[in-house]
Amino acid sequence: MKEKIRIAAGQGFWGDLPDAPVRQVQGGALDYLMLDYLAEVTMSIMQKQKARDPNAGYARDFVPLMKQILPACVERDIKVVANAGGVNVPGCATAVRNVAQELGLGGKVKIGIVTGDDILDRIDDLLNRGVELRNLDTDEPLATVRDRIQSANAYLGAAPIVEALNRGANVVITGRSTDTGLTLGPMIHEFGWAADDWDKLSSGTIAGHIIECGAQCSGGNCQYEWQSIPDLADVGFPIAEASPDGTFVITKHEGTGGRVNVPSIKEQLLYEMGDPHAYITPDCVADFTTIRLADDGRDRVRVCGIKGRPATDSLKVSISFSAGFKAVGTLVYAWPDAYAKAKAADQILRSRLDRLGLKFDQVLTEFVGANATHGPLAGEPSPDLAEVQLRVGVRGDDRAAIERFTKEIAPLVLTGPPAVTGFAGGRPKVEEIVAYWPALIPKSEIVSHVEVLET
Amino acid sequence: MKVILTQLAHARSGDKGDTANVGLIALREEWYPLLAREVTAARVKGHFGAICKGEVERFELPNLGALNFLLHESLGGGGTLSLMTDAQGKTFSTALLRMEIDVADEEASRLGLS
Repeated sequence: MKEKIRIAAGQGFWGDLPDAPVRQVQGGALDYLMLDYLAEVTMSIMQKQKARDPNAGYARDFVPLMKQILPACVERDIKVVANAGGVNVPGCATAVRNVAQELGLGGKVKIGIVTGDDILDRIDDLLNRGVELRNLDTDEPLATVRDRIQSANAYLGAAPIVEALNRGANVVITGRSTDTGLTLGPMIHEFGWAADDWDKLSSGTIAGHIIECGAQCSGGNCQYEWQSIPDLADVGFPIAEASPDGTFVITKHEGTGGRVNVPSIKEQLLYEMGDPHAYITPDCVADFTTIRLADDGRDRVRVCGIKGRPATDSLKVSISFSAGFKAVGTLVYAWPDAYAKAKAADQILRSRLDRLGLKFDQVLTEFVGANATHGPLAGEPSPDLAEVQLRVGVRGDDRAAIERFTKEIAPLVLTGPPAVTGFAGGRPKVEEIVAYWPALIPKSEIVSHVEVLET
Repeated sequence: MKVILTQLAHARSGDKGDTANVGLIALREEWYPLLAREVTAARVKGHFGAICKGEVERFELPNLGALNFLLHESLGGGGTLSLMTDAQGKTFSTALLRMEIDVADEEASRLGLS
């Protein structure tokens, strides 16, 4: 057994710095590269792409990325674990296999394919059998939005990733796996942790939570002494250096920018946290109140002491459904009286919308530069503000009403308060809203499937 | 004396559906008990006022010198539904750091705050 393994994070979301994984591979020693591409509504975007083109439906950036890094990964035995497969894992795997062959790496790359998360085609069957998939937040049964569902995926844990690695895969592609499973999987594979060793599984899960958002634990978006964080332009993405006993060190490649210290790790630990006693994943229930952090040298934080509990009998399901339309329009008002002008323009706009008889579920006005982020906590703005952006959003089921709204913004330039600009982008776009429906499903309903594709 | 939380803590926030979470972390370990005593769920609910339409839940993490708050019904529906600039509650962290607490002069001087 190796005494330690280094697992690097290369993407915190689909759209993160494109070169980050390349820099991780080039920057120093690694055993695994973990890439997290999926956010809650990413699956529905991919589902739409697949509906238009049966070969699409996955994180396409992953394929050119593999073209760049696969030779080095094969040469140095760096394994890649990514949930890039989206709603078309086989399609993604085939594209990567083609890349391997183009690069002359045929026979040297085994691609692990993890499926079984996609339950879109099983929704009616599940509902008919009494699996209600009630909304975790509102407790409504899924039947209320049945005809508007666009994607439905259960979150798989580390187990199928471990199976793929055990079967020799050096690239593992999953669909909706948990972000944390992408990091925990390699640890279980390397260290042979038992399926009920809850403390170690929780340690690996928390390591995954820390690095899953990429540079957000190594200096990015860090409140603590942010002005002194060095060279964010060249920010180093995190690396978890894991040991068989479950302890780990968070660090980054030498010579990169950013900062890993106890405060930066604390901030990431608290990011998107619910009840810290019960961080529930398919693999375990981790207890964040047991984490111990210690400085371990420059840009190194040691994490230990983690306790965990048995996993629950359910898996989380992420369902997306169509929920109407929205549009947001903006205009910029200049000094003097910038805020007063923007407020007057909002009143004029609302009067016109009323006169047109347009009905919306919600109309929201924000004054960017005065109160868009902190609302009333920001207090009354200075009367001398240099400029204010008026930002008005509307939402509703009636697409025609939203379309009509988009035609009322630009006319304010000639028919409202003076010193106004910022309409060069033309009319606001009407967007279809894809909303998110979280639910639980009994684990017994979900069977993951692992296949290993030879190149 | 009044002490603003930016002097005592750093913070990060994010979202879970229509709920914003705010993690509040003491800048020095010895300041954590003061935060735990003064920054109650009720005070945070009052501070955010109309921004937070639901309940505020609070969890303690003494091991990290931190508190975690869940501000329910704060994000205009959350995720893609929300019309807010900050639909993910990313700036709720610094909104909480605007809060002021009362600290007795003696305690403030003992904690190196005055």
